[in-house]
Amino acid sequence: MGQIEWAMWANEQALASGLILITGGIVATAGQFTQWYFGAYSIAAGVFICLLEYPRGKRKKGSTMERCGQKYMTKVVKLFGPFSRNYYVRAILHLGLSVPAGFLLATILGTACLAISSGIYLLAATRGEQWTPIESKPKERPQVGATIKQPPSNPPPRPPAEARKKLSEEEEVATGVSSGPQENPIPVTDEVV
Amino acid sequence: MGNWVVNHWLSVLVLATWLGLNVFLFVHAFLLYEKADKYYYTREILGSALAWARASARCLNFNSMLILLPMCRNLLSFLRGTCSFCRCSLKKQLDHNLTFHKLVAYMICLHTAIHIIAHLFNFERYSSSRQATNGSLASVLSSLSQEEEGVSWLNPIKSPNMTVTYVTFTSIPGLTGVIITIALVLMVTSATEFIRRNYFEVFWYTHHVFIIYFIGLGIHGIGGIVRGQTEESIKENHPHRCAESFETWNDHNSHCKPPRFEGHPAESWKWILAPVVLYIFERILRFYRSQQQVVITKVVMHPSKVLELQMNKRGFSMEVGQYIFVNCPSISYLEWHPFTLTSGPEEDFFSIHIRAVGDWTENLLRTFEQQHSPVPRIQVDGPFGTASEDVFHYEVAMLVGAGIGVTPFASILKSIWYKFQHADHSLKTQTIYFYWICREIGAFAWFNDLLASLEQEMEDLGKVGFLNYRLFLTGWDSNIAGHAALNFDKATDILTGLKHKTFFGRPMWDNEFCTIATTHPKSVVGVFLCGPQALAKSLRKCCHQYSSLDPRKVQFFFNKENF
Repeated sequence: MGQIEWAMWANEQALASGLILITGGIVATAGQFTQWYFGAYSIAAGVFICLLEYPRGKRKKGSTMERCGQKYMTKVVKLFGPFSRNYYVRAILHLGLSVPAGFLLATILGTACLAISSGIYLLAATRGEQWTPIESKPKERPQVGATIKQPPSNPPPRPPAEARKKLSEEEEVATGVSSGPQENPIPVTDEVV
Repeated sequence: MGNWVVNHWLSVLVLATWLGLNVFLFVHAFLLYEKADKYYYTREILGSALAWARASARCLNFNSMLILLPMCRNLLSFLRGTCSFCRCSLKKQLDHNLTFHKLVAYMICLHTAIHIIAHLFNFERYSSSRQATNGSLASVLSSLSQEEEGVSWLNPIKSPNMTVTYVTFTSIPGLTGVIITIALVLMVTSATEFIRRNYFEVFWYTHHVFIIYFIGLGIHGIGGIVRGQTEESIKENHPHRCAESFETWNDHNSHCKPPRFEGHPAESWKWILAPVVLYIFERILRFYRSQQQVVITKVVMHPSKVLELQMNKRGFSMEVGQYIFVNCPSISYLEWHPFTLTSGPEEDFFSIHIRAVGDWTENLLRTFEQQHSPVPRIQVDGPFGTASEDVFHYEVAMLVGAGIGVTPFASILKSIWYKFQHADHSLKTQTIYFYWICREIGAFAWFNDLLASLEQEMEDLGKVGFLNYRLFLTGWDSNIAGHAALNFDKATDILTGLKHKTFFGRPMWDNEFCTIATTHPKSVVGVFLCGPQALAKSLRKCCHQYSSLDPRKVQFFFNKENF
């Protein structure tokens, strides 16, 4: 059991609680139940919780599957810095958010589930877990220069590499750095047909 | 398309039957509560929400009954064994038990949502009709009190001051409803794929909350909150006659007496009793089987952190392609992990090859490496899974194993070899083409040795053409390729030591199928795959393409095995 990251389960539970809060809130508001304004609150709280919990944090070990399209919310959640990183904050936040929804029967299930999620986050926080955003690695651009090997310096027809090397050594020995017009090692004749 | 139908008709039939039954039960209950006279007065207060709640309740009962059954793996094995005369497709259906379990779970979640929303409306309407002072039929019905015999009330909210929340948490149905819904939510959130794959223990232990779910479901109906008019009351006060004249019910000379109501007895327990008993029996059986002694006859540490365990257990008999669950109490009391059997059924032991990929497997390898005596105790449950006997029925067999999918083929190849040696008549196979595709060979060095020894034995028997295998290394780099090119002339492959050379990259299936079709122009070729879905698609396509239109000529049959 040593490798369990409780925060991951708390995250799933909180996301589910957010959805339950939204559903209960819609039922209470649309049905105009008594004290339906708690339902309206519940919808707002549920949406906030879903947005906060949607980006999954990075696992300590191994690769993490991102949720579809979570990188936009990751940027926003990252902005809050320690408030979103620290799980104590999340635990207290969820507990606080769950209380008003407890006054209405339609949303009380959301309260219970969110409170459980808050408890699991508390457990995760006591074990020192933290929310780290999943960053996409910058794509390594291939060095354009390195993939192209040195182009040939002689025009065709070219003798094989060894002959070229030998010739250039002889030339260097004889004339120093060769410059000036190119000396064709093999005589080129124009064939007029 | 035809091949899909042949392979999947039973799944489609099962799903269609299940959905059909759900729809039927829902509609039947809905119409009963929406139309019956017995509930006329109840509907007066509650409207259609009554019917929605009861219909979804019936579907919940039905699905709660079904959800435990796919998890009784010993029962399923028993069914598979007794159905030996049945066609293979029936047995293969039993391998999809987990998928069915998940589908039923989704249906339970859907109906739970419907049920809760309907009941929220029900409670709200009961509450507002209790508080109504306009003398409507609803408020008259609500004020029918329970002084006389205690059974004539309709509205469970006894006084205008009671809140719905109070009634929920002080009544058995309400309280159990909340508890079992929380249990359901916990089960679902810990069973998502992400949690299951990465933190299996969270899933496994939390999922046992289903015990609370079933107990709560059994007692959920006690309390008789759903009320309908009694038989005698309908004679005195038929809704069609008397509903309009509700103001005069209490008059002495009225033809209509005030109606009386009775609650339903709990009925969920009738649905779930049998599966719960079966499941309890299954757990007892698992425990009993796990207590049987397993003798480890040989422990082999292969390179790349692979452990082979050869074991014996009394009364254990296996078939090719099956798997077992293994538990090691010294590492974890409650964890059971599945492993494919790699030995052939003809051998006098059974073996598994365990690769260190996670906590439990790494602990296991470490425990065996330390070579403490006595050897740590192992418990085994199984074998499970459909036997892949089809392999033996084809004249020419094309076996494709990708990556870890090569493991069941160890068992198959060994079994084929034994049958061949002993001239077993059930073996129709004359030639085998085995394709092994993996990224790097390290973790499967043990399989390599198996192929080498098979190769050797075949040479000794002079039967060189029986097993043809090709190894494809997809994770190669220019170093490996260069090295192979330099050693081109050697008789054995430098990577594997086998007679057949290693190929680099993925197989070109068109070439392979073409070659086999021309070599065996009149045979029926069975193609078996244990690997990824993408590969299954391309193999299936090739099977269609290269099967001749003439049924007497070469035919390729793709078998989607799930090991």
